[in-house]
Amino acid sequence: MSSLRNSISDTLVLARRSLLRIPRAPDLLLSFTVQPIMFVLLFVYVFGGAISTPGFEYVDFLIPGIIIQTMSFGGFVTALGLSEDLKKGLVDRFRSLPMSRAAVLAGRTLADIATNAISLAVMIAVGFIAGFSFDAPFAHVIAGLGLALLFGYAFSWVFAFVGLSSSSPEASQSFGFILIFPLTFMSSAFVPVDSMPGVLEAFAEINPFTTTVDAMRALFLGTPAGNDIWGAVAWSVGIAAVFASLSVARYKRAISR
Amino acid sequence: MAADAAIETSGLRKAYGEVQALDGVDLTAPAGTVLALLGPNGAGKTTAVRILTTLLRPDSGSARVAGLDVVRDAAALRSQIGLAGQYAAVDENLTGAENLEMVGSLYHLPTGKPRRRAAELLEHFDLKEAADRLVRTYSGGMRRLLDLAAALVARPPVLFLDEPTTGLDPRSRLALWTTIEDRVAAGTTVLLTTQYLDEADRLADRISVIDRGQVIAEGTSDELKDQVGGERLEVTLEDGDQSQAAIAALEPLAAESPVLVNGAVRVQLRRRQGAIAEAVRLLDGAGVGIDDVAIHRPTLDDVFLILTGHSAEERAEEETVAAEA
Repeated sequence: MSSLRNSISDTLVLARRSLLRIPRAPDLLLSFTVQPIMFVLLFVYVFGGAISTPGFEYVDFLIPGIIIQTMSFGGFVTALGLSEDLKKGLVDRFRSLPMSRAAVLAGRTLADIATNAISLAVMIAVGFIAGFSFDAPFAHVIAGLGLALLFGYAFSWVFAFVGLSSSSPEASQSFGFILIFPLTFMSSAFVPVDSMPGVLEAFAEINPFTTTVDAMRALFLGTPAGNDIWGAVAWSVGIAAVFASLSVARYKRAISR
Repeated sequence: MAADAAIETSGLRKAYGEVQALDGVDLTAPAGTVLALLGPNGAGKTTAVRILTTLLRPDSGSARVAGLDVVRDAAALRSQIGLAGQYAAVDENLTGAENLEMVGSLYHLPTGKPRRRAAELLEHFDLKEAADRLVRTYSGGMRRLLDLAAALVARPPVLFLDEPTTGLDPRSRLALWTTIEDRVAAGTTVLLTTQYLDEADRLADRISVIDRGQVIAEGTSDELKDQVGGERLEVTLEDGDQSQAAIAALEPLAAESPVLVNGAVRVQLRRRQGAIAEAVRLLDGAGVGIDDVAIHRPTLDDVFLILTGHSAEERAEEETVAAEA
């Protein structure tokens, strides 16, 4: 079992490396703090008055949605970091070392959980200021926070794949945004899906963002959950599993540029 | 395959799409020696290093390093090698010490060892003062030294250095050479790629000259120079118009007819002894005035020029122009 122990230790060494970057290159910190604040305020005060959400205050409707959107983008740090590692030759060094083939990716995605937790705390604090309140048992709220981080973790693996597949850090970032941005808007994150035209509504109904946002509303606001919670967990686990295997396969053949 | 060869390849081939990067490369480096791969940009040196360090799989052919097959035994091989690539592959947002400790941990050195080893190496490379500074404040030379230090963390028996001194100032270059020589004296086998002929000349026990994916010559520095011919005499004339007279006068000394190169008469000598005195006497007798006379041993640059029909630098420039175009 020493190989499992080595894999875990390699992953932790690399997660630590990713986290050390945050205080040392604090520009990234803006994305985890200022950006979520900005989004919450813009949506609540700019769009909020124009969007009708029967049965909800808009801020209550919004917070679960904007949390899921922000979590799904948190992994961009992984894409950026991997893309830089490729560019600077670090991937060549790591691949020549007797270390776990998955550790570079697992370390980065693990570190994303920490940075996503920062964003999560910031968004909830700003939400409170804007009038958000939980309407569910404490255990459900905790489960909701866990689900948000799990969803973010799954998308870190999507970003890992994007980072290994794109030609530059800049490209990896815009590629990730082009991929994920429409998915977040064609979901129940910001507007009720039944306000959308037919085709879009049909898409939104099967969109994992809708399932996950609805699950979050169930856990935070006590709305009926249906199958959404298990559906959301299944989507997250599925996305993580598929993109982790794709990413590791790609990493094994990755060559610095 | 020789049992004591630390690096041995046979018929290595690798293509990237249409480009045949390696086209049947055979290399051998006995344990404890330095093998230099000498060639211009795009010759295939880096591809060879990547195959030998398990980063790339060859299309065909085989390679063993430290007795292990680079494809079948890749996982076991990685603990036996150190790589310093063309880039300074270090993390800018870690300190020098943190970089080396990270690499030590990833080699799975025993607890506490990575820290001690990092301190030792930083001291050795004169980076002790900068040990706790973030690498993004380091100069280019310091980064390359740190990169080499990272390759040495686990004292691997086989070391791969891909153009280790490209872009280094003379002082850092010398420090790096000295370190490589120390490691070899301690029994490490080194494969070094370089475009610099003086570097191969100084460090390498054997040199494989590589061009367009093929080894076009192999041997010690002296053997390669002998392939090109022995010593030559170069005479600069006072009056360029007398070059034909000088060529005729020097014929008796020459192994083959003297030629005019950049305004100087170049003579491949039959024998070195007394050549200068004899040349002066012959030219004097023919009434040719001399500005300068000297004997040259061939350099590896001459070797390259004669073997490939172009000089190492010239080819490198062509590549750059092509890349920019």
